Amino acid sequence: MTQQNRLQSGGRIERNKPLTFSYNGKHYKGFEGDTLASAMLANGIDVVGRSFKYSRPRGIVAAGPEEPNAVLQLGATEATQVPNVRATQQELFDGLVSNATNGWPNADMDLMGYVGKVGGRMMPPGFYYKTFMYPQSMWESYEKFIRKAAGLGRSPLENDPDTYDHLNQHADVMIVGAGPAGLSAALQAARSGARVLIADEQSEFGGSLLHSNELIDDKPAAQWVEETVAQLSKFSNVVMLPRSTVNGYHDHNFLTIHERCTDHIADKAPAGQVRQRLHRVRAKWVILATGAHERPLVFGHNDVPGVMVASAVSVYINRYAVAPGKELVLMTTNDGAYQTALDWAAAGRKVTAIVDTRANPQGDLVDAARAQGLNIITGSAVIDVQGSKRVSGVSVASIAEDGSRVTGSIQRLSCDTVASSGGWSPVIHLSCHTGSRPKWSDDVIGFLPGDTVQKQLTAGSINGEFGLKGCLAEGTRAGAQAAINAGFEADADAVPASAADVKTGPAMALFHIPHSQPTSRAPKQFVDFQNDVTAAGIELATREGFESIEHVKRYTAMGFGTDQGKLGNINGMAIAAKSLNQSIPETGTTIFRPNYTPITFGAIAGRHCGELFDPKRYSAMHKWHLENGAKFEDVGQWKRPWYFPKAGESMQDALNRECQATRESVGILDASTLGKIDIQGKDAREFLGRVYTNAWAKLAVGKCRYGLMCGEDGMVFDDGVTSCLGENHFLMTTTTGGAARVLEWLELYHQTEWPELEVYFNTVTDQWATLTVSGPNSRKLISELTDDIDLDRDSFKFMDWREGTVAGVPARIFRISFTGELSYEINVQANYGLHVWEKLFEAGEKYNLTPYGTETMHILRAEKGFIIAGQDTDGSVHPFDLGMGWCVAQKKPFSYIGKRGMAREDCVRPNRKQLVGLKTKDPQVVIPEGAQAVNDPNQPIPMTMLGHVTSSYYSACLGHSIAMGFVRDGLNRMGDTVYYPLADGTVIEAEICSPIFLDPKGERQNV
Amino acid sequence: MFEIYCPHCQEYREEEEFHASGEAHISRPLDPDNCTDEEWAQFLYFRKNPRGVHHELWVHAAGCRKFFNITRDTQTYEIKETYKVGEQPTVTE
Repeated sequence: MTQQNRLQSGGRIERNKPLTFSYNGKHYKGFEGDTLASAMLANGIDVVGRSFKYSRPRGIVAAGPEEPNAVLQLGATEATQVPNVRATQQELFDGLVSNATNGWPNADMDLMGYVGKVGGRMMPPGFYYKTFMYPQSMWESYEKFIRKAAGLGRSPLENDPDTYDHLNQHADVMIVGAGPAGLSAALQAARSGARVLIADEQSEFGGSLLHSNELIDDKPAAQWVEETVAQLSKFSNVVMLPRSTVNGYHDHNFLTIHERCTDHIADKAPAGQVRQRLHRVRAKWVILATGAHERPLVFGHNDVPGVMVASAVSVYINRYAVAPGKELVLMTTNDGAYQTALDWAAAGRKVTAIVDTRANPQGDLVDAARAQGLNIITGSAVIDVQGSKRVSGVSVASIAEDGSRVTGSIQRLSCDTVASSGGWSPVIHLSCHTGSRPKWSDDVIGFLPGDTVQKQLTAGSINGEFGLKGCLAEGTRAGAQAAINAGFEADADAVPASAADVKTGPAMALFHIPHSQPTSRAPKQFVDFQNDVTAAGIELATREGFESIEHVKRYTAMGFGTDQGKLGNINGMAIAAKSLNQSIPETGTTIFRPNYTPITFGAIAGRHCGELFDPKRYSAMHKWHLENGAKFEDVGQWKRPWYFPKAGESMQDALNRECQATRESVGILDASTLGKIDIQGKDAREFLGRVYTNAWAKLAVGKCRYGLMCGEDGMVFDDGVTSCLGENHFLMTTTTGGAARVLEWLELYHQTEWPELEVYFNTVTDQWATLTVSGPNSRKLISELTDDIDLDRDSFKFMDWREGTVAGVPARIFRISFTGELSYEINVQANYGLHVWEKLFEAGEKYNLTPYGTETMHILRAEKGFIIAGQDTDGSVHPFDLGMGWCVAQKKPFSYIGKRGMAREDCVRPNRKQLVGLKTKDPQVVIPEGAQAVNDPNQPIPMTMLGHVTSSYYSACLGHSIAMGFVRDGLNRMGDTVYYPLADGTVIEAEICSPIFLDPKGERQNV
Repeated sequence: MFEIYCPHCQEYREEEEFHASGEAHISRPLDPDNCTDEEWAQFLYFRKNPRGVHHELWVHAAGCRKFFNITRDTQTYEIKETYKVGEQPTVTE
């Protein structure tokens, strides 16, 4: 294939470095320095995709991030597939593989196009809402069809092999955009010594200067760029980030930058190299020098391949040495676009005509075009385009001075390229991200950044300053000012680089070119190419009553594509405003939100995936659990053994064995994950009395006590055993999941309500390993490992704790029980945990010491009716609802947390839901947790629900199922029958009973 | 994402280190037992939701674990000041 549109000379491409790439399976050639788009144009590829709704052929229209059509699928292998890449922003590399994202059987010969032609009239705005709504059951079928028709790319089916990084950055001055304004600003800020970060989305710095013919300091602009970048690179306080899009501007000057480190070589990147980085920047001052996007005009059949934005044509000619056609018709409302005709002529191509919508254009560039004898047709517009897969000609007619209607006869001109310019829209996206409302300017004919609370300056075209001289001056000033604002010394009167003063005549505020037919009957005039939104569609939306621009946007889908309306939204708003007989500021604009351009999930996730997704917490005995075949359960970030199956055992088999071994001999649980808070200070005891519902005044040193913690509303939120280690020293345990919350709760009350109390809290969860030895043989077992702790039943009583050594290491033993058996919790320094655990197993073999996990712990405690906060409570139950009134003190002098709350009218009324035991009629049936109790299973739906089952297990020790659950007025309904209707239509019958199924007198723990 | 000055650490730190704890200056009634249900409900549940200046209680959870107050504009997200528990705000509107 030859590059038939490549110019013989010029451009920033490296002609001695030819590259090969493929598009839709065919191979083409380009050069280093090309974008995929410029290489496609060089090769004469006109059609790059099919449109969303009408399946019309579409070509490249722009040269930057605003490109709506050239959105391609990239990737040579399945794993490296990247959807929706803008060809205008993808640098070419050798071996690049690209494909159109839509079109069937392919983009060039698309059968759907015929459907579009026939069906077009039947697909007005709101088509999807109107057509695919009913019946709802069909939505899944519709969705598949719509997704395929939508023509967006596909994600890879294999795992992403690349790595992505996050990088935190701090800057005194962050500059967004490295065009003339950004570079000028960077120079001034750099000289002040401020830490400067400058980022630009393009592969090299320079912005518009990379395709400019103008001179700066009497040198070609590109040379000035090169020298300025070289100068900046000498500053150690400057970080320059090309290929880096500032995608989001968040509160307090926090910006996210999406740096593409290897996307320009993609599949060819060396292994192990980070593909993309997300920079998280906190900047003292920000300068937005983001430039402007040229607006195309809206006219008949303006989507035929070969119709482009004027400045894009200049970019392809000057930067890439590609003339994307032979004969040009340029339509403009302003002077600036004349440059494109001059560039086209300089490339040796024919300028058929410059069609200027203004009656009497005047300015330096207009004069230059006249001097070259170019054919200028004034007071006229291109009202229609001929051609299907490529422009073949245009219809030109004179128009009224205000642009409202066609006034003259139509003449036809032959051409293959149409360039249009309706002026420039400042790139205000980032300034909108922080909530600033843009302001319309009649002078600029565009929206400008609005007022902001951010420490932000703007410079250059974003302010509507479209001349090079002005951009250099604004940048210079902003750079110095930002540095001064950030606390550095800079020259506020620094002289900017010089550029010629180009005289321009006034531009015309015209967006929508009239046609001799009314808009609804005129040829399609496209506003948003990616979503096939037409001028007629927007007018229809306003006629159907959509007046808010946000509603018009949603109804027509304008700006919904991956380009987010960068090219078409202002035109769309102008058309909606005109249709509503309003001004543009009255109509307002939709707000741009992050991200500026699409970002990969990889960059968002960074290293927070796989093993590093979330920290995992392991106990000191984790290695042993792994070696002994534990199945694990996640409890918060903790990995806790769930159960320890032996070969061939089912889960229920293992649980039955673990439960019975514990009740018959001795079992052991790793309880290290329980929250542990060390509490000290002379008022520690008083503090405990205020945060627990029960009494703490008389708890002696060496004693332990169970406590319930409530919120101010009286509802239980955590529980645990607290031990008195010394007169002013306590160790509190919390639920595994509640540890951090409880510590913050204690701190909250100490710091905000009772700062006068002398008390200190610290977490010691990780410092201690906790080994719970439970069962009738537990005393015998532990006595073999300690010789300085007297385990005698009468001296070391239930709810006592003792200090000494176990297996040769310092230990605290707490005689507390969550199983109802004789039980000891051994606490040792965490790094001795495994040692003590192994010693226990050495000595425990003769007792059949059996490890058990959380599931057996749940069963054993449920047999005793012990609650688990968070499972049997849900923030709506107070201690009396749980039948735990015994744990609520009535005579404490201080009105502790929860006391007033549980005395509220609703908390003391009869008929509250209360926690009870449930015995199923069929002893082998286990009620599913969450099942709802009803009195009458035959009551028509909706049935009267009495409360749900919170805990339910099969108890091997008892030989029947056990359950706890809430039943309305349950404590007064002992012996009654309730029913649990299930989703499968069956009903479980159960009798209300005490939740204490085993050893109601508590004799087993007191042996 | 906010950048928050902790008045205890005396440094600007990232929002990730902090937890918001609701409206500031909500004092626990000194004699809860003699509060009516209405008064207790006011203390428990009723909070301001202003558009504009708001005083909030925050905690430097992954830092010094100290609670402190923030005066914040709920519309612009500007933080006007931070001050310690027990102190009064200087920005009130």
